[in-house]
Amino acid sequence: MGEFGSAFTFMADNAHLLLTKSIETIELSAAAMGIALAIGLPIGVWLGHTHRASFLVINASNVLRALPSLAVIALGLAFLGIGFVNVMFALVVLAVPVILTNAYAAVDGVNPDVVDAARAMGMTPLEVITRVEMPLAVPLTFAGIRTAAVYVVATAPLAGFVGGGGLGDIIVNQPQYRLSGVLAAAIVIAVLALATELLLALVQRMVTPRALRGETEAPAIGPASREIVA
Amino acid sequence: MIAAAAPVIPNFGGNPNSCVRRNETFCWDWVSSHWGSTLRPALIDHLELTVVAVGIGFVIAFALALLAYRYRWLETPVIGVSAFFFTIPSIALFQLLVPITGITRTTVEIALVSYTLLVLFRNTVTGLREVPEDVRESARAMGLTGRQIFLRVELPLATPAIFAGLRVVVVTVIGLATIAAYIIDQGLGKPIFDAIGTQFKTELLSASALAIALALAADTLLVLVQRFVSPWASARRAV
Repeated sequence: MGEFGSAFTFMADNAHLLLTKSIETIELSAAAMGIALAIGLPIGVWLGHTHRASFLVINASNVLRALPSLAVIALGLAFLGIGFVNVMFALVVLAVPVILTNAYAAVDGVNPDVVDAARAMGMTPLEVITRVEMPLAVPLTFAGIRTAAVYVVATAPLAGFVGGGGLGDIIVNQPQYRLSGVLAAAIVIAVLALATELLLALVQRMVTPRALRGETEAPAIGPASREIVA
Repeated sequence: MIAAAAPVIPNFGGNPNSCVRRNETFCWDWVSSHWGSTLRPALIDHLELTVVAVGIGFVIAFALALLAYRYRWLETPVIGVSAFFFTIPSIALFQLLVPITGITRTTVEIALVSYTLLVLFRNTVTGLREVPEDVRESARAMGLTGRQIFLRVELPLATPAIFAGLRVVVVTVIGLATIAAYIIDQGLGKPIFDAIGTQFKTELLSASALAIALALAADTLLVLVQRFVSPWASARRAV
């Protein structure tokens, strides 16, 4: 276990390097999540609201989900070249299906009686979406966002293989950083992923409407089991 | 980092004007001449890595799910521990296991198996728990024993959820196994990493296309198997 001891020594000696690289990884992850949310959430919520295209959503998501991130990055290398944009594209491909399917399933699954009641009260379609369907869809939608974020943080270090920066730079450069540096970077990556999960679990508790808290257990991390039955 | 200078394609002499030497986007000649030596072995290794990881993961997760189905209190701790392993990025776990299990296939398989447990466990338990109580009671009224109820009623009704989990796990493991090539030089990740180093486009494209094709084929195969073992699930959806 001496290797792990020297990994912690490396961390102490290179705190600044690890911090800089961590920030690069976080920036890349945040940018990818921002784009993935901007694509996945509106489409998922809208299709869930209309209860249409479930076949299309499920199948498109299943295909996207199956794409190995490294293969997407390698393909991008041939077309987009080396660097940040290429890896970000792969991360967006990784995150969108998870966000989209969960948002779709969450809104689609809102009790139709509740929606009818809202309409009978004279709510416009937009009000039904923003004041009834979206609040009720928060737990499942947010579970998707949480899973996508953990996937993205876990995969962002692949950027190191193609000059995209971040903690992966250390992992792929064992000749320079030795095993102690590689292990230190691996530990930091693991901590980042766990921190993302815990932080988002807290945020999820905060954004869940009070009435829904405790009533049903907050969906755990990982792909939801039901809506992907195709 | 990676030199973006003139590409150096290893082990490929011949005509300097050839497709490969000019590193054109895709050269069929290279693919057909390197299928047997490079691509096919990588594909077979990849398949083995995946099957072993999903097989072991399924046995462990299924056994734990049966226990948690009987002893409900087990569910929370098992989910907690497997969610922890699910969250640890495999790229980190591969490296962290090297000092313990060395640069071996075992290292890679441990990391891949640890990734499958959460989804397989949760889907199996959820599938079993969601069998309607009425159905269970009807089975009991028909005189089925507990064992018969499990094998002939509960388990078949849980298969769609179990297969949904298997599909997620299989495509994920195929994806993660490409990264494993950074540790053990096996699987489709090997030609991908080689080609990232050399910037050789044909190898980049053919190896990543194979990885994608493998994932999609595996996913499709599982859908077909599921339709075969639980035809009522898709029939109900069509209504």
